[in-house]
Amino acid sequence: MFKNNNLYCFVASRQFNGKKWLIFILFLFLITPSVGWSKEAVPVAEDPVIEKRMLALTMDLRCLVCQNESIADSRADFSNDIRREIREQIKANKTDQEIVQFLVDRYGDFVLYNPPMKPTTMLLWFGPVILFVIGLGSLIVYLRRRRVQIEDVSLSQVQLERAEALLNKNKKGKNV
Amino acid sequence: MMRYLIPLVAFIVLAAFLLVGLTLNPRQVPSPLIDKPAPIFQLNHLHEPDKQMASKDNLGKVWLLNVWASWCVACRDEHPLLVQLANSGIVPIYGLNYKDERTTALQWLKRYGDPYTISIVDPDGRVGIDYGVYGVPETYVIDKKGIIRHKQIGPVTVDSLQKTIIPLIIELQKQA
Repeated sequence: MFKNNNLYCFVASRQFNGKKWLIFILFLFLITPSVGWSKEAVPVAEDPVIEKRMLALTMDLRCLVCQNESIADSRADFSNDIRREIREQIKANKTDQEIVQFLVDRYGDFVLYNPPMKPTTMLLWFGPVILFVIGLGSLIVYLRRRRVQIEDVSLSQVQLERAEALLNKNKKGKNV
Repeated sequence: MMRYLIPLVAFIVLAAFLLVGLTLNPRQVPSPLIDKPAPIFQLNHLHEPDKQMASKDNLGKVWLLNVWASWCVACRDEHPLLVQLANSGIVPIYGLNYKDERTTALQWLKRYGDPYTISIVDPDGRVGIDYGVYGVPETYVIDKKGIIRHKQIGPVTVDSLQKTIIPLIIELQKQA
């Protein structure tokens, strides 16, 4: 109380120019209890076991709002709701499989980062293997054909003589 | 000849795939709920919070469930169309006010018009999860047996109303 009164007088005094104002404001910052501003981070989950299971589950689930993020990473409202839903279901003793099925029933396979093997996803699963086999096949065909080509090319007698003549000419030229 | 033809064909195939990809919208995730019974709910009215509406109250008629919120910008785009549709008397529209404040929602309806036969409130988005809502606005066409026949993700447009939604509603209304 006493301190505040003094401050008040100080402010009210007449010779109060710009510089003093600045000092006064800085002084105010000094006496403001800065400890009160920061707070201990509130733990997100009451139960770390549930939280751990929830995180493990949501790591493999896609957020439908920001599609390149998992529900575990996303800060979208949508993901918040899904995380809450999953926590509640874990508390209600649902298995991981039941929880994932719950979400697939509502949002489709699209929420899964690991697509299930189904007729519609066959190409997705086996496409790369098929492409690899095609690539390997064409490589083998290409190499075989090339070997045949290399063997086929042989010089005729005339060509051989010409080549030799050229080589000899070069040799002589160098020696001179 | 083959030497030039194979890369050309490969390029054309790749270009065709990419071209088709350009016309697809990755935000449109097909809902697994199509042709499945609409999830049941029992929710409070927006205007009279002490009254409740259950999804089974609508059995026997074709109706639209429009998910909206006052914070949703795209909802403003489709709203005049919904008002028009409601005035035409083709189909009753029920509004699901999704994760919203009651007062702002009421103000919003006052300002932009109220096309809803009844507005119901889903304050924490639980019914939204059951319906697989991930991007407001969303509109569901539900038939007389309470089965979801169509889901419009994002705002309703003149095009989608004329080409898909209204013909479907008329078709469904003919069914027993």
